[in-house]
Amino acid sequence: MACIGVMSLQGGFAAHIARLQELGHRTVQVRTAEALNGLDGLILPGGESTTHLKLIDRYHLRSSLESFVASGRPVLATCAGLILAARQVTAPSQPSFGWIDIAVARNAYGRQLDSFESVADEGELPLVFIRAPRIVEVGKQVEVLATLNGDPILVRQDNFTGATFHPELTDDWRVHRQVFGEGCGVELKPAA
Amino acid sequence: MEKSTFKTKVGLAEMLKGGVIMDVVTAEQARIAEEAGAVAVMALERVPAQIRQEGGIARASDPAMIRAIQEAVSIPVMAKCRIGHFMEARILEALEVDYIDESEVLTPADEENHIYKHDFQVPFVCGCTCLAEALRRIGEGAALIRTKGEAGTGDIVEAVRHLRAVRMEIQRLRTLRKDELMAESKRMGAPFHLVVETADQGRLPVPNFAAGGVATPADAALCMALGAESVFVGSGIFLSENPSGRAKAIVDAVTYWEDPKKLAEISAGLGAPMRGQSAASLPPGEKMARRGW
Repeated sequence: MACIGVMSLQGGFAAHIARLQELGHRTVQVRTAEALNGLDGLILPGGESTTHLKLIDRYHLRSSLESFVASGRPVLATCAGLILAARQVTAPSQPSFGWIDIAVARNAYGRQLDSFESVADEGELPLVFIRAPRIVEVGKQVEVLATLNGDPILVRQDNFTGATFHPELTDDWRVHRQVFGEGCGVELKPAA
Repeated sequence: MEKSTFKTKVGLAEMLKGGVIMDVVTAEQARIAEEAGAVAVMALERVPAQIRQEGGIARASDPAMIRAIQEAVSIPVMAKCRIGHFMEARILEALEVDYIDESEVLTPADEENHIYKHDFQVPFVCGCTCLAEALRRIGEGAALIRTKGEAGTGDIVEAVRHLRAVRMEIQRLRTLRKDELMAESKRMGAPFHLVVETADQGRLPVPNFAAGGVATPADAALCMALGAESVFVGSGIFLSENPSGRAKAIVDAVTYWEDPKKLAEISAGLGAPMRGQSAASLPPGEKMARRGW
């Protein structure tokens, strides 16, 4: 059984935690640098990327997160989490950490009225997009794992996997399973 | 591709969890809120305490003002319409606001009916004072519930009452047998399928936030400890002595609500909170939480 941390400064952490627990993993809510100690993997969830940036800055979490990503342990970033990790962010531009060699445009599909559900081009992977970013550039080291209308939506560079959609809001567990593997198989009740 | 499904409506609320949604009346305030780390802003012309003081009919805001706020920030922008005023809601939807609050803070337009929210593409948040009221609003299509509290007072007592009521009523539902849930649904006046779902899951079918009377970081942390998943702050920030500092502090308190040492640091030296008014001193006719049912 692996112990997976979910950054819980704000955003979609509860749904990720429920998903990981269903897969049989132990979970830790990460709000401090110390909470990263001893984790086997990490999720950077969706939410508001501007809020996440302010809190990471105010509570000096950047360097600890950076070392975690550099350690080679699996990391999954969804939506706002991927915006934080990108090399470049536009529309509007904001600072980012460059943990994966992609450029993203924020809110690229529009406001909430343009949030949508769909299915990946490759078939059968259900997608939920909430005020989602779009990946507009992909570096040479980055592997595209899934697309929608030709746009990359699920990408990987070494130990870092990023999704512009929300696999934690669907009943399809493949993204979490692919990144973190199976847990011990014990079904735990999701956190209330 | 399917736009604006119930899943995407609730999905946005999921992404707002662990955050603070701040009332703002100008583009400048919206920028201060975003800078402080707000997850969304609520655009309105007067904060609840001003509405209380000035009286008159409180209506949906001027679209020009809402547009100015949408242009000023990249975080979601919410706006309020009057209870039952589905034409104000249509106008807000045409403005592409990210959430509509069908709110008791504005003067109700209909004392009998709330808006049928499933008919809209835009998601709705509604206030509640108890579980039955929350489930009625979800039945009409609300994708997010908040407590009503008593807006504009700076007094947390009503939000606490409503959070505890929802929590205790959910606990009670969990103790009932399946064959008792129809009678309970009848007693509550709440949709049967939502009563069953709530009893089964042990939580509301949509996210559950707090609102009404939050004035300090400790108030926000208290709401989180009582089961709120995020906090709306109305008058408490921009009617205080140091809005920017207080806004940041309340954002931090919602993230670190489980850490009293951090809360002590966060709460220090913020200047005077809004003066406030005890909710118990209000005559029944002035209680906003009594609007809607």
